[in-house]
Amino acid sequence: MGEVIVITSGKGGVGKTTTTANVGVGLAMRNKKVALVDADIGLRNLDLVLGLENRIVFDLVDVVEGRCKLRNALVKDKRFDGLYLLPAAQTRDKTAVKPEQMIKLCNDLRKEFDFVLIDCPAGIEQGFNNAVVAADRAIVVTTPEVSAVRDADRVIGLLEAKELRNPRLLINRIRNDMVRRGEMMSIEDVKDILAVDIIGIVPDDEKIVISTNRGEPVITDGKSLAGQAYNNIARRILGEDVPLLDLEGHDEGFMLKLKKFLGIKN
Amino acid sequence: MLQSIMNFFGKTKPSKEVAKDRLKLVLIHDRANVSPQFLEMIKSEIIKVITNYIEIDESELEIQLTRTQSEDGQGIVPALIANIPIKNVKTKTK
Ligand SMILES: Nc1ncnc2c1ncn2[C@@H]1O[C@H](COP(=O)(O)OP(=O)(O)OP(=O)(O)O)[C@@H](O)[C@H]1O
Ligand SMILES: [Mg+2]
Repeated sequence: MGEVIVITSGKGGVGKTTTTANVGVGLAMRNKKVALVDADIGLRNLDLVLGLENRIVFDLVDVVEGRCKLRNALVKDKRFDGLYLLPAAQTRDKTAVKPEQMIKLCNDLRKEFDFVLIDCPAGIEQGFNNAVVAADRAIVVTTPEVSAVRDADRVIGLLEAKELRNPRLLINRIRNDMVRRGEMMSIEDVKDILAVDIIGIVPDDEKIVISTNRGEPVITDGKSLAGQAYNNIARRILGEDVPLLDLEGHDEGFMLKLKKFLGIKN
Repeated sequence: MLQSIMNFFGKTKPSKEVAKDRLKLVLIHDRANVSPQFLEMIKSEIIKVITNYIEIDESELEIQLTRTQSEDGQGIVPALIANIPIKNVKTKTK
């Protein structure tokens, strides 16, 4: 029986979809069978980040409303063995799916896959409820900014109320140069405030924008810092004990300064 | 370095410290679900009790949820702080 993991955040735009795509690829690269479920109905995006937007025939709502078999709606990613996407419907809204339908869907997926990752929509309304209702574990994504951390705290409280205890925290878009200057909260700061364990940290990395432009998750670039970060997270989900990525000396600000100092143009 | 010298002289506080302080306070409110109505309720109860003994300036009474250094100096703890301006102490004979 596979495990259902929801990737959620409260605040929008902090990196849930990027996380779902990259961690999904990371698990598939480690020979796991993975289904990625885009629960952001009406604002479909996971397909784009994965570069699968042209291969969609049916969607999640088609499945729960019985218009097609689950098997036929799953888009197989030809680049990564074992990776499948269940796309969101684009022309419906969050009320198109009931929690019971989501539970049934996840139970069906659980039988076929080692991992089911659910990309949760922003907010704490019905879309959130649907996305978390069938989950065994939760990953809460935040950035080191006050509004994102506050919303993460709220979501952690809501998850606990739904018996989803011990959610794990992913701190995204860390800028080490700013942390060093004392102008951005550090990993420790955020961890202390939210009092939950960390599943991973991801630096703010322009490679993420570039890879999203191409529809090729950054994790495939094992040399990039963000790629390493997502690989570490995938390994931790599989139970490996991996130390947090060392961001020291890697940040853009420092490299740029160094390049300027040495007179290198790029 | 410049930053730390400035901090030393109390000129600026790094913005992350400000962020942490503000977050900790707002999360106490969020977590405790403390509404303004809730504080109003406490306020009117306090006024009721205190005015039995002391004449106070009700319009100036302030009550807020905040944070303070704990007694043992081990860290910051939430605290309910009331600022109650006294007009006169009632001398209760009998
Ligand atoms: N570590 C990062 N470094 C740089 N850019 C990032 C990083 N993480 C995410 N982004 C960018 O931030 C934007 C939002 O990311 P994403 O779509 O994953 O967030 P989301 O939480 O799924 O948003 P929504 O709440 O709208 O679903 C995207 O443009 C993405 O490329
Ligand atoms: Mg998203």
